[in-house]
Amino acid sequence: MSVLGMTRTTMRNLFSRPSTRRYPTKVKEPHRTPKSRGRIQIDIEACIFCSACAKRCPTDAIIVSKPDKVWEIDRLRCCTCNACVEVCPKKCLDMDPRYTLPTVTKDKDIFKQAPKPLKSAEPAPTAPSG
Amino acid sequence: MGSRTVIPFGPQHPALPEPIHLDLVLEDEKVVEAIPKIGFVHRGFEKLVEKMDFNELVYVADRICGICAFIHSMAYCQAVEAVMNVEVPPRAVFLRTVWSELARLSSHLLWLGFMADVMGFESLFMQSFRLREKIVDMLEEMTGGRIILGVCRVGGVRRDVANDTLAGIAGRVKDLVRDMRRLADVFLQDDSVKHRLVDVGVLTREQAADLGCVGPVMRASGISRDTRTLGYAAYGFVDFSPVVETSGDSYARCAVRVRELFQSVGIIEQAASKIPAGEVSVKVSGYPEGEYHSRCEQPRGEVVHYVKGDGTRYLQRYRVRTPTFANIPALVKMLQGCELADVPVLVLTIDPCISCTER
Repeated sequence: MSVLGMTRTTMRNLFSRPSTRRYPTKVKEPHRTPKSRGRIQIDIEACIFCSACAKRCPTDAIIVSKPDKVWEIDRLRCCTCNACVEVCPKKCLDMDPRYTLPTVTKDKDIFKQAPKPLKSAEPAPTAPSG
Repeated sequence: MGSRTVIPFGPQHPALPEPIHLDLVLEDEKVVEAIPKIGFVHRGFEKLVEKMDFNELVYVADRICGICAFIHSMAYCQAVEAVMNVEVPPRAVFLRTVWSELARLSSHLLWLGFMADVMGFESLFMQSFRLREKIVDMLEEMTGGRIILGVCRVGGVRRDVANDTLAGIAGRVKDLVRDMRRLADVFLQDDSVKHRLVDVGVLTREQAADLGCVGPVMRASGISRDTRTLGYAAYGFVDFSPVVETSGDSYARCAVRVRELFQSVGIIEQAASKIPAGEVSVKVSGYPEGEYHSRCEQPRGEVVHYVKGDGTRYLQRYRVRTPTFANIPALVKMLQGCELADVPVLVLTIDPCISCTER
C-alpha cells in the first residue's frame, strides 16, 4: 500500500544536482570513450591503396583508386562497423570517436595522396587533401 | 447489445514506439475484437542473404532491431558456428553473455520507461531512462557502440575487454541496484501503477501455452521456461532460475521484467568473476554447409534463427522467428473484452518490437 513511493525519489532529485543541462547555453560534451565508433579517418600519406578496406566494407562505402591515388568514403553509407580499420595492413585507417556532423548534401569525403617527390627533381608542391 | 464501431489504433500512435496497426471493434467502450495488421517496416532481409557474404551478414543481423541488436547477431553467429563446427573460445562466450545481459537491462529499463509513459507516470518514465543511460554508457565503453554493438563475429567477438574493466563494469552495475530497487518499489507497490495494471488483460496458463507465448508474457502466466536455461553461450556456467509470476495480468508481466533486472545483474557479476583468460576469436575458414536452428532468449522472449548453407559464401536460407511475432496472438486474445483506455497498456505489455517482427 503506497501512494508516495515516488515522492522520496522526487524529493531526492529536487535537492540533488540536476542530471540534465540548460541546453543550449550549456552543451554537453558527447560521451566518448577510446573505443567509441564515431567516424573513419585516414592518414592518406601512409596509404598504399591496396583496396582491402573497400573489399571488406559491408556497405560499399569506400572506393579506392590506385592509379589516381584517391581514397573516397561516403559517410552516409558507412555503418562504422570498424571492419576496414581491422583489415588495414598499414594501419593508416583509424576510428575517430567523434561522430560525423549532420549534413544536407550527399558529398563524399575524398582524400588524394600528394605525389611523392622524385629524388633527383625539385620537391613538388603538396596538393591539398580533403 | 450496443452498436459496433471500428476504431483504428496505429500505426502512428503516441503509445507505440514502432508501427503496428490494430482495428479495434468496439461495443461502447469495450473492445470485442482486435484485428492486427503488420507489414509497415518490412525490409526484405531474408532476400538480402542471397547476395551478402555470410560473414558480412552479421552486421545486418545486428541491425534487425534496435533494442535487441546484440542478441540477434549472437544468435546468428551461434547458428553459423554450429553449421561450420567452429569452437568459440571460452572468453568470447563469457563476453557475449555479459553483453547480452547488459542489453537485456537496457531493453527492460526502456520498456519500463515506456510503460510508465503509457500509464501517464512521466516522472517514473524519466527515472527509468536516467538509469538506462548509464547502462548504454557502459556498453559504449566496452564495445564502442551504444545500441548496435557490432562486436559479434563468426568465431568469437571482435573486441576484448580487460579483466579490470569488466570487474569495474560489474561493480558499477551492482551500484545501480539501489536505484533499480527504488524504481522497482514504485512499479510493484505504487497504488497508481497497480490501479492501471492489476487484473488488466489476464492471460491464463492454458491460454499462454495454447497461443505459444514466449518470454516474460509466458512466464507471467506461470510457465517456467527460459531459453537461457539451455546453457548457450556461458549461461551453463552461471547460476540462475527463470523468473515466474502466476497471475497472468499486466502487473505480473511488469513484475517479471522488474525482477529480471536483478537477475541480469546477478548473471553479469557471476560472468565477470568467472571469465577465463585467452583468445576472443578464432579464424574461420571455409563456407557453411548444412542447417541449424539457433535459439536465444531475447528481452522479449525466445528468438529462433534458422540458417541453411550450401557450401558457398552466400547462405541458401536464413529465417528469423522473433518473439513479438509469437506474442501477437496472445495480444489479440488479451484485447478481447478490455476497455478502450487499457489498449495502449496491453499493447505495451507484450513489449512489441515490430522491426524485429517484419525484418
